Amino acid sequence: MKRYLPFVILMLLVLLPLAGLSTYAMHILILVIMWSVIGMAWNLLGGYCGQVSFGHAAFFGVGAYTSGILYQKFGISAWWGLPLSIIVVAAFALVIGFICLRLRGPFFALATLAVGVILRVSAENLTGLTQGDLGIMIRTRTWVGKIWYFYIILALAAVTFFLVRKIIGSKLGYYFVAIREDQDAAESLGIPTTLYKTIALCISGVLTGMAGAFYMNYMGYIDPKVVFALHDISIVTIMVVMVGGAATYWGPVIGSVIMVLLAELIRSIPALGVAYQTLFGTLLIVIIIFLPNGIAGDWPNLKRLFGLRGAS
Amino acid sequence: MTSAQLEVLLQTLIAGVLLGGLYALIGVGMTLIMGVMKIINLAHGELMMVAMYIAYLLFSLFHLDPYLSVFIAAPLLFLLGMAIQKFLINPVLKVESILPENQVILTVGLGMVLANLATMIFTSDYLSTPVDYATKAWYLSDFWRSSPIELSLSYPWSVSFLIAVVITLCLGFFLTKTDLGKSIRATAQDSEAALLMGVNVDRMRVITFGLGSGLVGAAGCLLIPIYYLYPDLGGQFTLIAFVITILGGLGSTVGAIIGGIVLGVFESLTATYIGMGWAPVGRFVIFVAALIFLPGGIASLLQRKRFGR
Amino acid sequence: MPLLSVMQLSRYFGGLAALSDVTFDLQKGEILGLIGPNGAGKTTLFNVINGFHQPSKGKVVFKGKNISRIRTHKICALGLARTFQVVKPLRRMTVLDNVVASAFLRAGSKAEATRKAHEILEFTGLRDDGDTLSKGLPLGKRKRLEIARALATGPELLLLDESFAGLNPTELNESIDIVGRIKERGITMMVIEHHMKVIMSISDRIIVLNYGEKIAEGTPGEIGRNPLVITAYLGVTENASG
Repeated sequence: MKRYLPFVILMLLVLLPLAGLSTYAMHILILVIMWSVIGMAWNLLGGYCGQVSFGHAAFFGVGAYTSGILYQKFGISAWWGLPLSIIVVAAFALVIGFICLRLRGPFFALATLAVGVILRVSAENLTGLTQGDLGIMIRTRTWVGKIWYFYIILALAAVTFFLVRKIIGSKLGYYFVAIREDQDAAESLGIPTTLYKTIALCISGVLTGMAGAFYMNYMGYIDPKVVFALHDISIVTIMVVMVGGAATYWGPVIGSVIMVLLAELIRSIPALGVAYQTLFGTLLIVIIIFLPNGIAGDWPNLKRLFGLRGAS
Repeated sequence: MTSAQLEVLLQTLIAGVLLGGLYALIGVGMTLIMGVMKIINLAHGELMMVAMYIAYLLFSLFHLDPYLSVFIAAPLLFLLGMAIQKFLINPVLKVESILPENQVILTVGLGMVLANLATMIFTSDYLSTPVDYATKAWYLSDFWRSSPIELSLSYPWSVSFLIAVVITLCLGFFLTKTDLGKSIRATAQDSEAALLMGVNVDRMRVITFGLGSGLVGAAGCLLIPIYYLYPDLGGQFTLIAFVITILGGLGSTVGAIIGGIVLGVFESLTATYIGMGWAPVGRFVIFVAALIFLPGGIASLLQRKRFGR
Repeated sequence: MPLLSVMQLSRYFGGLAALSDVTFDLQKGEILGLIGPNGAGKTTLFNVINGFHQPSKGKVVFKGKNISRIRTHKICALGLARTFQVVKPLRRMTVLDNVVASAFLRAGSKAEATRKAHEILEFTGLRDDGDTLSKGLPLGKRKRLEIARALATGPELLLLDESFAGLNPTELNESIDIVGRIKERGITMMVIEHHMKVIMSISDRIIVLNYGEKIAEGTPGEIGRNPLVITAYLGVTENASG
């Protein structure tokens, strides 16, 4: 049963639009799936390979701008941004990897954070290329309804899910986890740690960039503050994975369901809307202290906790 | 170079050094925390923001001069920092998790909460403390009538710079001459050895986090007469502190001071000659350059000189 | 040609010489013991040989190739593996996966790596622990896991850093037995060990380091009689144990 769970869920999702969901419900679903993609991508690098990135907005934004600039400057469909960002983001990830991957642990995290900020400031100032703070707007949307957007992001999510699972079961996955557990040991066991960290960064970055390219097409508008956002993209990415459970297949999916729904809930209650970041920040702190491995990671402990309560 | 160009260059350098002095004070707090505990505090700038709001309140309620509020805000931040370490970070350090960076993410959450609380209490308006000396300055022509060029030295910037220097000197004295300071440095060098020598490492961590917070709190009070205050200003100063820490060399006070001044001058030059908006990029160019060409920071240069190798 | 030649090797940290002018050869098939008081530079020597540190002066030649500027993972791929004194298990991987990850170096497929890993677990007596997370292993078995992992990389030369320290008498005998069987497989070894009885019984030759310098080299019998060694090393251990 467990083996077929991903396929069952995928089939249910494919059939879901037939149920005649409202536009709003479709929008929320699309956001959940998009965040799952970003979360799974981050998880590959952070959860499995142990390289915690605080700057995934950089990849998201580069993907989004690849799409946007194609449309704005070259007048071709922004959808070409999806395949093209594979190349652009991979090249970008190589450069970032060369600079940042020589750093370990928290220092890598901070270097990526800096990269995110550099990109935001550059996008704000390179007005010739990005139009700066004006942003890029797609004036004629491809589809009015949500259904095709839904299937496109669902396809990307399915590819990401099975790709991550394939990788983790292979030599690549063993090497990633070995690097996370002890880089010196991994290196002395013949694992070229820099190379494999770069591979993890590239795959993770490309998947995130494709989500960014999708975002450009779906939302129809981007500006530097939105797509290179530290809190709303980079930190939320980490939260999605942490809430769900790092280094688990389902963690990012569970995390994005919770985070997107929670964000919508908080936003929909005006009294809470102001305290949005306080609530999220507090949630982050509470999770780190009480559920350090997330819902999927601490599932056995959670079950025990509730099982005990049920028994007594 | 014409005298006008020279004037701009010199004025830029002066501004850079003055800015750098404040940067140094902000960076020293972070380098201390990172050096002693290998803990990265991404709420560093937000703690400074809190201190600035304290100074703002003291000014608007009691007309207390921001420079005097150092004596109130810094101790308050010291206590706040100790509480954060004791009740939030120490427990997290004891929990095993997949991601060792949990502690960093914790401080991110803390920063979000602090910034958002400030927004709720004070709104996101830009605030400042309109002191009467805000625009006062000394001019070179006042001292040297026939000077071919004109330079000015802002009064509040200079005072802030001087106080920052005094505080940093006091810190240096504390770390090198007092028993507590020596214990902190021992913990920084080798926490296991320090533990064996009878140093209470947990307590040192709490004190160090308090000290780092107090220092950045003092920096906030020095900054408020010359800067605007708004809830989200913390983030950029966290990054500045971090860049200085890497540039100066982890845990090195002297490195952080030199790093702060180098960064201040570099940013000032970027702002003058490339454009205001690019100053943050200049900051990170230095950062990346330091990572690639000077992995141990300025401290490694200083050390190499000492040992002659 | 010796399998490994260490030539006038020096390594400084700041102003301190952790190793100075150390020279020795290691012949194929032998076990070379490396002893010396704490802080004598033994682990530093391993760190330089396996590429964690670069030599400040001198060079290391392995199978006729100068490896002093080569990265650690490449040195391992050349056939030089090591264990760590402070064990470094991949904590949240099972014992089997620890060994599989290492076996990938010379395996074409996951199936082959897994088969090899099972064989090595059998060889090192860890067969029943394959599914245990390595962080849950007792110290004795962690030390053995270090050896198993290093073996899985298919080395010609194995550096063992205090693999016998902290073992109970039963484990000690098992480990000595394992080292004997590794030797039978034709793998050359260099062994750091404080346990004098063990090092004297398993080594073909011993070199002694003190303050980063080689102060003696010879058969176990010669080393046991060397007055320099007795004052520098044995004296210290007697004090430490007494």
